[in-house]
Amino acid sequence: MIQAALATGLVGLSAWAVATFPRSVVVFLLFQGSLLFVYLARIPRWLRTALLALALLVLMPVLGHFNGYYLEIATQVGIFVALALGLNIVVGLAGLLDLGYVAFFAVGAYSWAIFGSPHANIMFGGGFPLAPGWFYAFLLVGLLLGAGTGVLLGLPVLRLRGDYLAIVTLGFGEVIRVLANNLDKPVNITNGPKGITPISRPPVPFDVPYAEAFYFLVLLIVVVVVLVNRRLEDSHVGRAWEAIREDELAAQAMGVPLVRSKLLAFGCGASFAGIMGVVFSAKQVFINPESFTFLESIGVLAMVILGGMGSIPGAVVGATVVTVLNLQVLKGFSLWLNELKNAGVVVLGYNLADLPTQLEPAKYERMIFGAILVLMMIFRPQGILPVRRRARELGTP
Amino acid sequence: MDLPLLVGIFPQVFLDGLILGFMYALIALGYTMVYGVLEFINFAHSEIFIVGAFVGVEILLGMRAAGWLEALPWPLVLLLILVAGMAGAGLLAVSVERIAYRPLRGAPRLIPLISAIGVSFFLQDLIRLVESIWRNAFNLVYPTMDALNHRFELTETIDVSVKSLVVIAAALAMLWALHALVNRTKIGTAIRAVAEDQAAASLMGIDVNRIISLTFLIGGAMGGAAGVLFGVQYGLINPYSGFIPGLKAFTAAVLGGIGNIPGAMIGGVVLGLLEAFAASYLSLLTGGAFGAEYKDIFAFSVLILILIFRPKGLLGEIVRERA
Amino acid sequence: MNRYLVRLALVFAVTVGLAALLPASSLEAQASKGTIKIATQSPLSGGQAALGEGIKLGAQLAIEKFRGGLEKRGFKVELVPFDDQAKPDVGVANAKNIIADKDIMVVVGHLNSGVAIPSSEVYKEVNLAMVSPANTNPVITDRGYPNVFRICGRDDVQGVVGAEFAKGTMKVKSAYVIHDKTAYGQGVAEFFKADAEKKGIKILGFEGTEEKSNFDPIITPIKAKNPDLIYFGGIYEQAGPFFKQAREKGVKSKFLGPDGLDSSDLVRIAGKAVVGMYYTSVAGPVSVYPQAKQFAEEYKKKFGKNPEPFAAQAYDSAAIAIKALEAVTKTGKAPTRDAVTAAIRDVRHTGITGTVEFDAKGDPKKALYFVLQVAGENPEKWSDNKEVKRLSIAAPPVKK
Repeated sequence: MIQAALATGLVGLSAWAVATFPRSVVVFLLFQGSLLFVYLARIPRWLRTALLALALLVLMPVLGHFNGYYLEIATQVGIFVALALGLNIVVGLAGLLDLGYVAFFAVGAYSWAIFGSPHANIMFGGGFPLAPGWFYAFLLVGLLLGAGTGVLLGLPVLRLRGDYLAIVTLGFGEVIRVLANNLDKPVNITNGPKGITPISRPPVPFDVPYAEAFYFLVLLIVVVVVLVNRRLEDSHVGRAWEAIREDELAAQAMGVPLVRSKLLAFGCGASFAGIMGVVFSAKQVFINPESFTFLESIGVLAMVILGGMGSIPGAVVGATVVTVLNLQVLKGFSLWLNELKNAGVVVLGYNLADLPTQLEPAKYERMIFGAILVLMMIFRPQGILPVRRRARELGTP
Repeated sequence: MDLPLLVGIFPQVFLDGLILGFMYALIALGYTMVYGVLEFINFAHSEIFIVGAFVGVEILLGMRAAGWLEALPWPLVLLLILVAGMAGAGLLAVSVERIAYRPLRGAPRLIPLISAIGVSFFLQDLIRLVESIWRNAFNLVYPTMDALNHRFELTETIDVSVKSLVVIAAALAMLWALHALVNRTKIGTAIRAVAEDQAAASLMGIDVNRIISLTFLIGGAMGGAAGVLFGVQYGLINPYSGFIPGLKAFTAAVLGGIGNIPGAMIGGVVLGLLEAFAASYLSLLTGGAFGAEYKDIFAFSVLILILIFRPKGLLGEIVRERA
Repeated sequence: MNRYLVRLALVFAVTVGLAALLPASSLEAQASKGTIKIATQSPLSGGQAALGEGIKLGAQLAIEKFRGGLEKRGFKVELVPFDDQAKPDVGVANAKNIIADKDIMVVVGHLNSGVAIPSSEVYKEVNLAMVSPANTNPVITDRGYPNVFRICGRDDVQGVVGAEFAKGTMKVKSAYVIHDKTAYGQGVAEFFKADAEKKGIKILGFEGTEEKSNFDPIITPIKAKNPDLIYFGGIYEQAGPFFKQAREKGVKSKFLGPDGLDSSDLVRIAGKAVVGMYYTSVAGPVSVYPQAKQFAEEYKKKFGKNPEPFAAQAYDSAAIAIKALEAVTKTGKAPTRDAVTAAIRDVRHTGITGTVEFDAKGDPKKALYFVLQVAGENPEKWSDNKEVKRLSIAAPPVKK
């Protein structure tokens, strides 16, 4: 009861705070934290659902109105949540280490980028871009393309185990990126490093502004992905994946179809990336191969492991933490230091305005990010929200 | 197609590929040794490698400022920076293991991987921070030593420089030393025992932690040596230049059969040759339709093919799958 | 579950504590009407950090030098640097953050066209001016956005300048073109190739590479084909080692490249291999723009290093921004983004990269291009590089 009141209060309070201080990063973090609290608190299920729905469906867009930056963060968080959930199936559930996951994202993104922009005219003569309405059809195309590429990659590499698989997926990811970077000759398919622009945006009902529209679209996809994930996890396919992860030989002996299960894992995981790729390309209006580097794959992998491998809420929280840390907390921190510097604040007798440019805070965000990754792993190796069974296995000291 | 041209450059391309391959082989050793013992990918090895290169260039620049660079004979200078680079990188590898990996021993095997990624990010920008305060520079240039740049013209189109020969000689010497160490000494036996079964090794009275530290020291030192040779051969380094060679070397280690020391060497050389031939010949053979930019695709495609037919790498891995 | 709650409560206590401390600054920033901020967006970390930082430092120098006039009118002028990590998604998030800060009047950036294009879509929402020091991709201005400006030339022009020089002055008969597979390098290289072919130069090869260190396998076929000229479309960090290794391998061709090579680090890296080579640039020699020398000296004095390739352009971009800000604050009223954007279009500024005036698209009306020759092996003497030829070319109309 106390928790219910607390949870409701917190959401309300922090939302009010964001509306009052739209520029304060900390207050927005408080809002995000209150959502986590709602998820973890012991409150009736209907209240939890209602509060989360209220926060995500109503409060977030309203707050986004006060500061569009937050809505952008929320949208990007959503995109990465879907990616993390997809990779979670491959790495977390089926235990197949995939280091080239972003390739599927790229495939989805390029599918809409090519046909949703005048670029396709180069190959097919005329008639492009397709009408913006096709975007919704391409969500499906992206999904199928992603799944298809996943299965294609899966086919030849099924014999490989562990890190051999990892290195082949890494190679595959690089191959896709380099192809995207080079296929402007002999036939111009991807326009190479110059990228493709302008990519059409989908028509939106009721004249909702694009920022909000993309937020809702991403949210919708994330909700669907989460639901699919939960169904999969409890289905016999999901159990087969976990069995393969724990012991491939034993699983095979128990009659788990290895080939089919693994292909399914690759296909499912990749399809989420494919669909998000389509959304990403429409949202960005412009894409080029720089968005699909190996580091992006590593970033998504870090989200999955940080959140807790094999755990759906873990993947959601992991993606949120990494994205928010990277786009908001570290940026906010260095901006804050910059303000102190500009204001000439004196700390311990040292005027910050004299700080040499070598120590410019904005330059060292990635360094701090790296340190945080190490610390998190040392102090919480099972991830932020681990699967309960795994948490028991590891035994939190 | 210009057949005499294609044939004419063949030996030169082969030689270039060989040098690159030995470089990869040296870096790959660091991955393979750590993997053999701990079964985890030391993602931060590429930064350990580049730290070796930075130690080397700092000493060279210091010596040049003091005027010793011209005064001392070049083999001595080279030996000195090699040893210093190995020491610096080796010690760094040991401390990274102590701080970021040891507390995670026993956790699922992907956990230390993320820690290693964190270390990699951290080290990249740490190197940059230190260098920007110390030299206010981003790119550092290896001072040229004229004796090393001397070239022997074998034919009109083929030549080889002293430094290339040095790279090959140094790599071979170090690979031989490592092989001897692992297979013929007591320490080597201990390392192999720990790789086989940590618990049993510790029952036999082997200090597992010390052996693991030692593994990191050796692997790091090999990486450091590769870093110095990389700097001498190619001339320019920055805090991020370790990343790509590191990735390639890791690929080479897997290609040869991870955990397998001769495998790392073979894998490195094969990858180096593949890359060199792809970069030189693709454009010539396809009339410019596909060029050097496809060399990585070519290398990775061959890698995938090899792994499909030999799923345990060229020489097979030595580590058993742990139940 | 309960342990979670305890921990969460702890986290909350800490955040609330911090919240009590932090908003002080954010609130103050919001309340002060007298602050004008100029933001830079460029990669400050990662492999392209050196160039990105050059942009930031160039802008910083200009702001510190020229803000006096605005300060006299009672405004505080500040620089807000953002790190876009050379990633489009980070750039867009930063852009949203930038437009949310009502004090930011102008953005100087970016380095990568891939980041600039989606980010400028965001700036356009609020008509926030973006002055680009480095984005040469024609798409940037061809979209015709009112808020997008650039002071650097376009790929299509610079490649043509190079080909003109190769044919007219160097009188070469054959060329081999290398580029770095970036939008910038490949763009310049393609335009060079197209125009050189038109002028009758035989192109023996056209290749891109992402390689940064080992150019041996690329050099071997070049050596065998022995072209008169090697054109490198890219940045000095890659071109330096390439030229050096090419000379070491006995390649005798002449070298030519675009303004990405305009850095003293080129000779630091490649030494005598590049002495006597040519490069095209909009940043003129000291004899034409006397302030340029002063800029290089001040930069060196303040930051302890020589300016990176796009630092001078960033310096001019920020100077233009301040000039526009001065124009709209004549009455002492606080500037608006619309007014600043409109004012930039009317600015005529003589800076260290020439006299800049914008056309309707936001391109410089007539860019003056120089061909310079590397004078010597000493990096400190980079500014002694002599002008060999001068070409003035207007930005081409939009191709539809």
